[in-house]
Amino acid sequence: MSTATASAPTTPGSPPEEQGVRSWKNPIILSVLSVIALLVFAIGAPANDVTFRLSEQGDAIVLPPIVVSGPLIGWIAALVLLALAVLAVLFTRAGRRIPVWLLALFSVVFLIAFLTWVVGSARTPNVALYGLLAGSVTLAVPLIFGSLSGVLCERSGVVNIAIEGQLLFGAFAAAVAGSLTGNAFVGLLAAAVAGVLVSLVLAVFSIRYVVNQVIVGVVLNVLVSGLTGFLYSAVLTSDSQRWNSPPRLPVIEIPVLADIPVIGPILFEQTIVGYLMYVAVAVIYVALYHSRWGLRTRAVGEHPKAADTLGVNVNRMRFTNVLLAGVVAGVGGSFFTLVAVSGFNRDMTAGQGYIALAALIFGRWNPIGAFFAALLFGFATNLSNVLSLLGTPVPDQFLRMLPYVVTVFAVAGLVGRSRAPGASGIPYIKG
Amino acid sequence: MSPQEDRPVPDNAEPKDDGGGSPTRRQARATARQDEVRQENEVETAGGEIPPPAAPVSAASRTTDEASEASLLERVMTGNALVAFLSVVLSLIIGGLLIALTDPEVARTSSYFLGRPQDLLGAAWSAASGAYIALFQGSIINFEADSFSRMIYPLTQTLTVATPLICAGLGVALAFRAGLFNIGAQGQILIGATFAAWVGFTLHLPVGLHLLLVILAGVVGGALWGGLVGLLKARTGAHEVILTIMFNYIATNLVLYLLTTPGFQRPGSTNPISPQLDSTAVYPLLLGSQFRLHWGFVVAVVATVFVWWLLNRSTVGFELRAVGANPSAARTAGINVNRGYMVAMAVAGGLAGLAGVAQVAGTERVLTSGVAASFGFDAITVALLGRSSPWGTFAAGLLFGAFRAGGVTMQASTGTSIDIVLVVQSLIVLFIAAPPLIRALFRLPAPGAPRSQRRGRSTNRTSASTGAAA
Repeated sequence: MSTATASAPTTPGSPPEEQGVRSWKNPIILSVLSVIALLVFAIGAPANDVTFRLSEQGDAIVLPPIVVSGPLIGWIAALVLLALAVLAVLFTRAGRRIPVWLLALFSVVFLIAFLTWVVGSARTPNVALYGLLAGSVTLAVPLIFGSLSGVLCERSGVVNIAIEGQLLFGAFAAAVAGSLTGNAFVGLLAAAVAGVLVSLVLAVFSIRYVVNQVIVGVVLNVLVSGLTGFLYSAVLTSDSQRWNSPPRLPVIEIPVLADIPVIGPILFEQTIVGYLMYVAVAVIYVALYHSRWGLRTRAVGEHPKAADTLGVNVNRMRFTNVLLAGVVAGVGGSFFTLVAVSGFNRDMTAGQGYIALAALIFGRWNPIGAFFAALLFGFATNLSNVLSLLGTPVPDQFLRMLPYVVTVFAVAGLVGRSRAPGASGIPYIKG
Repeated sequence: MSPQEDRPVPDNAEPKDDGGGSPTRRQARATARQDEVRQENEVETAGGEIPPPAAPVSAASRTTDEASEASLLERVMTGNALVAFLSVVLSLIIGGLLIALTDPEVARTSSYFLGRPQDLLGAAWSAASGAYIALFQGSIINFEADSFSRMIYPLTQTLTVATPLICAGLGVALAFRAGLFNIGAQGQILIGATFAAWVGFTLHLPVGLHLLLVILAGVVGGALWGGLVGLLKARTGAHEVILTIMFNYIATNLVLYLLTTPGFQRPGSTNPISPQLDSTAVYPLLLGSQFRLHWGFVVAVVATVFVWWLLNRSTVGFELRAVGANPSAARTAGINVNRGYMVAMAVAGGLAGLAGVAQVAGTERVLTSGVAASFGFDAITVALLGRSSPWGTFAAGLLFGAFRAGGVTMQASTGTSIDIVLVVQSLIVLFIAAPPLIRALFRLPAPGAPRSQRRGRSTNRTSASTGAAA
């Protein structure tokens, strides 16, 4: 509470954007969540200690595990959350917007309390934090590629529902090309090409033939699912040794840096796809906001007519961006067959493309935002995997539901109203 | 009925001159203007919204007017039906090529293709035609059967499979018309099925009343799940595509969880499966016990009539269409757009719930997490193919039902994977959505293009602009 009140006056006076219209949505949601925290995390806290392991026995640098008391953390967190909720109510009553730091702090505290509670209630209240985080990043890799693909498309004004199809076709092509050549890097390349192929269809139909972009996307997903499923059963299963046994991409460990506890395995112990992911996020972010190409892309996505007036070829810009997005998503697809498991399986992307789409919106059409949103999904998925191993009282199905419920809360406005690029989804016809 | 007709933008407001000039140009300009209008809407309504999809495109309304003066042949050549037919043919050809290319016999004969090319062609032909004949025999008439009832059995199977497709497709189509992209039919079917099944195996009521309650419960369940999306969209401006996708996953997990609780799980079973529905709770069979066709199909027909009435003859339907065509204009005209979203999603969910009823009270008679199969996703393509009109959706549902029923037979008898059906279905929708592409491929005249210019002009150019208009 003290930190909250102390820093409250220093926050820059929020712009009187929503003056007159006071939105009680966020304070209500925060209040409900904090009451839940009080009831579940504090009152229903497990009586035992919770252990978070930070490093393995054999690591170069061994950190002692963090051991916390379940009820203590539960009560502290619940009180902090209640205080934040009250603060949010006060902000809203004063007609001011709830500052971002408040929401961020609320989320982090809620997350810590939840983690303590859920691990503490497990049969073995002991979890490897480093593994949890590293696993989250790994699971988030295809999501991040997928949502970057969405960023590229939507920022230039083309809605990309076909992320799922791009990922799936990328995974398929990587498996087949990798098996045929015996070289995982050829598979990676083939995945990029496959992603571009899906993108090409999307671009041709939505830009050239001006078919509704959402329709093309949805249909493309079905098409790719059918095509890969058909080829899988007709070709791949007949001789899986030849067609469907791609080599895995090797994990490249960067010496010394990989030994840093907790963040070492996350940042410096990845396959080339993992490193490419970090590179792609950085490059796309910089290019989008600090280059001529980025400015034009955003212009085309926000106000194509204005961009056209200034001499930007709107549809060509969109076309190349959609193809580029195919490369990104295709590489992301290779994760499924070259990193996660070795070999293709029917519909193996299992809706990750749609989650990537959600991450894109959650991340407000911004590469960095999408990156963190995808990480959150990866974390939630990994958490449910880890917890089902630990044996928690929470039914498995609810844990699996978690990322989706979080998304609903997110898009329903907890993170603030996200605004799509102005012309996203609207075809541009010069004239 | 095409959604185009409802758009308030005066498409055909300009005077026509069929003789010369360049109507396509003007069309393009009109479209651009229309586009501007849409864009302006966007600026006003923007707020986490991808623009409401202007429901499936069609060139129909534009062409009918102009073609009415043209000859019958011309009408056929430029009409929509021909494009639809050619789309189906083209998709089937591509599907056939795929079947042929992956056939082991074809692969074997291709090794000596130069020596005896007829072997390869023969093998390819027999692979593709064999699969399609099996598809036909599995979906329409099995002319090898010995009795009449066995002969038409496939047709009744098609109708049975089409029932949930039609119901859910109507839901998706209705939402389209209100400008909402409802990808959540899958979840709505599941929740509807859960409600219906619970009433079906928990309550024990007399014949008639029980089934009625089951149907009602299914509709209510779907409507709640769909309406929740509508409510969230109306209240918070969250985008319905994301919401419905998320609600699909939530529904699946929710049902999986419920099936582990004592209220839903079959006593003595460890699998996630519910008890059988009471015999009073299921749809009676329509044609006797040798066919699986049940009264759910009749309900689907009634639902189609209802949706037609709702959209075209009721005030609510008019409001929904107005909201879908142009939310700002609708708001200006005094229509409560947010209520429109909620109503549209609730009704759409209710229709999907009806599909859930058709599953649990019709074919499956038990609740599992897989009771919705992939009907919810197929329903999207059904609605797209049906161009969001009730009877178009009905027809598309029948077609896809035939594909699905026949696909099972095809997989069993020729070993061709049923996935090929997905390929053909999606290609059909893709091609139908882009009439200019089909016209360009088959060198058909573009609608409204003057006769003299038709041949010399690059087909692509013309078709692109009409495509824009569409």
